[in-house]
Amino acid sequence: MSDVEVEVRDGVDRETIETVAAMSGSYKHGWSTEIEMDYAPKGVSEEIVRLISAKNNEPEWMLEWRLAAYKRWLQMEEPDWAMLNYPEIDYQDQYYYATPKSMAVKPKSLDEVDPKLLATYAKLGIPLKEQMLLAGVEGAEEMGERRVAVDAVFDSVSLGTTFKAELAKAGVIFCSISEAIKDHPDLVKQYLGSVVPQSDNFFATLNSAVFSDGSFVYIPKGTRCPMELSTYFRINAENTGQFERTLIIADEGAYVSYLEGCTAPKRDTNQLHAAVVELVILKDAEVKYSTVQNWYPGDENGVGGIYNFVTKRADCRGDRAKVMWTQVETGSAITWKYPSCILRGDDSQGEFYSIAIANNAQQADTGTKMIHLGKRTKSRIVSKGISAGRAQNTYRGLVSMHPKAVDSRNYTQCDSLLIGDKCGAHTVPYIEVKNNSSRVEHEATTSKVDDDQLFYCRSRGMDEEEAVALVVNGFCKEVLQALPMEFAMEAQSLVAISLEGSVG
Amino acid sequence: MARAKPKSDALEPRLAALRFDESGWQAAARSDALARLTAIGLPGRRDEYWRYTDPSLLNAAQITPTAPLANDAEVFAKIEALKIVFVDGVFDAERSDPLGMEGVSIEPLSAATGDIHWARDLYGVLEARGQNPVARPLAAMNTAFATEGCLIRVTGHPLKPISIVYISESMASDVILHHCIKVESAAEVTVLESGQAAGRLNGVMEVELADGARFHHIRAQGRDAARLEVTHLFARIGKDANFKSFTMSGNGRLTRNEAVLELLGDDSSAHVAGTALGDGAFHHDDTVFITHAAERCESRQVFKKVLKNGAVGVFQGKILVKQGAQKTDGYQISQALLLDGDSQFLAKPELEIYADDVKCSHGSTSGAIDETALFYLRSRGVPLAKAQALLVLSFLAEAIGEIEDEALAAAVQARLEDWLHGDAA
Repeated sequence: MSDVEVEVRDGVDRETIETVAAMSGSYKHGWSTEIEMDYAPKGVSEEIVRLISAKNNEPEWMLEWRLAAYKRWLQMEEPDWAMLNYPEIDYQDQYYYATPKSMAVKPKSLDEVDPKLLATYAKLGIPLKEQMLLAGVEGAEEMGERRVAVDAVFDSVSLGTTFKAELAKAGVIFCSISEAIKDHPDLVKQYLGSVVPQSDNFFATLNSAVFSDGSFVYIPKGTRCPMELSTYFRINAENTGQFERTLIIADEGAYVSYLEGCTAPKRDTNQLHAAVVELVILKDAEVKYSTVQNWYPGDENGVGGIYNFVTKRADCRGDRAKVMWTQVETGSAITWKYPSCILRGDDSQGEFYSIAIANNAQQADTGTKMIHLGKRTKSRIVSKGISAGRAQNTYRGLVSMHPKAVDSRNYTQCDSLLIGDKCGAHTVPYIEVKNNSSRVEHEATTSKVDDDQLFYCRSRGMDEEEAVALVVNGFCKEVLQALPMEFAMEAQSLVAISLEGSVG
Repeated sequence: MARAKPKSDALEPRLAALRFDESGWQAAARSDALARLTAIGLPGRRDEYWRYTDPSLLNAAQITPTAPLANDAEVFAKIEALKIVFVDGVFDAERSDPLGMEGVSIEPLSAATGDIHWARDLYGVLEARGQNPVARPLAAMNTAFATEGCLIRVTGHPLKPISIVYISESMASDVILHHCIKVESAAEVTVLESGQAAGRLNGVMEVELADGARFHHIRAQGRDAARLEVTHLFARIGKDANFKSFTMSGNGRLTRNEAVLELLGDDSSAHVAGTALGDGAFHHDDTVFITHAAERCESRQVFKKVLKNGAVGVFQGKILVKQGAQKTDGYQISQALLLDGDSQFLAKPELEIYADDVKCSHGSTSGAIDETALFYLRSRGVPLAKAQALLVLSFLAEAIGEIEDEALAAAVQARLEDWLHGDAA
């Protein structure tokens, strides 16, 4: 670590500067794991849907559900309203199911999992041993009791879930969705598709037909989940799409904080990722959902990278339910993602904090929807978009106040930062107000990295890249602060990584 | 790529009700526009650009008047101006002033016959440019079928504003008007529009500003509950030129005002502003598209709407900053004051930016009248209705402030006060 002597400005700590200085220049997680895989034949068809269902030993009702979605998908058209340009996707030219051979017989515990797979996660810094603390988080020892339960998803399957026994003691169910379908069919039947219906949109419907795995969480009434839960998604196989499905149910008065991370190897072909996340939040419950999305973004010429089409939605069904989405979007060649909040219960609350960084040839079209249905509901949107290189970054959001959502409030702030004169930053907000006791405020600004700030940093001995990273970090601070501590370091590092090479 | 088939079946009956004139200098522009219209089709409810406004009343082959028309007293009656009067879409020489004035030539479109005319470089040209990236089929229809309007060419500094006054005497009048205004280098003009043009009006104004030209436009759309109106204001703005347009709207069943402005020369500016007061069956849509294609240009959009008894206000605003349009300063604000729980405000304030050294901001707010301010006024003895009217006027002030000329601003302010206090009484 270089010893940069800088005058620390207000709001930026030394740790940030040192992290920035220590960053290397390229995508860190681009290596792949050499492992024998089992593939389903290429393409999607009714047979493939049946095969995925059979591989997961699913009950008949689940297969029916998938097939209904597949039939619906065949009639749907891919949406084209987003500000994204990409060649037509050939949905028949990829694998919809890939699993390590060693997972053919499901291991009973993580100890039985192929060491090669475990090594993959170790290299990524994801602790799959229960006694291990999260790698790379300095000071974690002092935090003492902070532990994180992890569900590790590798291509199409979940390798295993840590801390299961301990969570079960508290009544918390944390397992892969394929296990949940078998072990907790009543809960799955009741809630799966209740927030994002099978036929919601093109990508969600495809996911409903072919999802292979994902995570399932149930927090019982009045329970505060004793530790943070997380899922780590790794795409490894080539030409393989990942379709995971996450379902989180927070029963009355429950609380959970959930983290999601993802990476993929460098490949020169595009890979499809279409996920669905459903959050059901009942009376007085609260869910925090944090994502650091770091899929492979493609190279500087826009070759390769993940196409990321994600549907995430939270349904605040009960009164005083709360949800908080926090996302740091740095990866993927294409991002199409709008985590939404349906504020159905009276006095329910939704928050959305986002940093989207697009560099080189990346394109991101992301934002949120806040649907206010209940009385006195509140929402807050803070979105920061950063464009560099030739990237395009769009904020797209909807704030809707229904006639019955009296005395509700929304505050939206979306800022864009442009670095370089070849990139684009766009804002497409929709504001629909149908009652007069609610207040809606929307603000947006676009600017470039401030010359004065850069000059100041440089006059204190920082080189230009460090200075830009520092200024950008200040710009992003509002969102980064909303991330759980486990992600704070990673998020700050990511901000620096994505901007490397963008100056000039 | 083949263009999508017309999204609405309304085109054929609509065209059947119109007469296509193939003669004169506009012939080519008209047939091109008809081809554009046929390719695009009439707007439909499923078009993203018509997300918040149902165009079916504008598309319908015939209009069915729902209430007798009520012509407002002339808003700019006290302003000394050269008056051009259109009665139900027909130029009325008797009621108009003589069209001669120094520094400007004025001609009704219907009188501009022959094969050669200066306006040939303008008629339908800006409208055609304005079809990208968003189609505006009703403007293409206007170019194809308009038979009346004003052709104004400004070469100097006319002493008086030009005031276009609309009068409507027939509930069933269905009118298409197309104005072309060319302001030559360093010339300047103020154009006023006021009154009830027709039961249904489709209006287009194409404005070309040469380098250093100045154009001020103030429009008072009639206050008639039955009015149907769609207007398009297209402008091409040269270097150091200055464009300003302000629109005041009272009631009206359906109004869609589009402004499509292009800043093509360095150091130019474009300001558009509007106030809309809606009560009851009122749907008012301001759709603005400003393109910055040059350096150091400034644009402002200021729109305020006051809505009650189920009125609907729409704002779709866009600032597009093209690559290379450095040092752009773009500002956009849209605000609605909802006086009761039945009214709606629907907004889509967009930014699309491809240059890095720019300053662009937009804001949009919606809410009820400030109870604290209302309480303060009432505690000082101001009756409730009057206090509300005062607060509404202060809410509108930023938009009215966009009118540079004091006498014109006063005329607009006086009319708004009449409306508000009339309501309050």
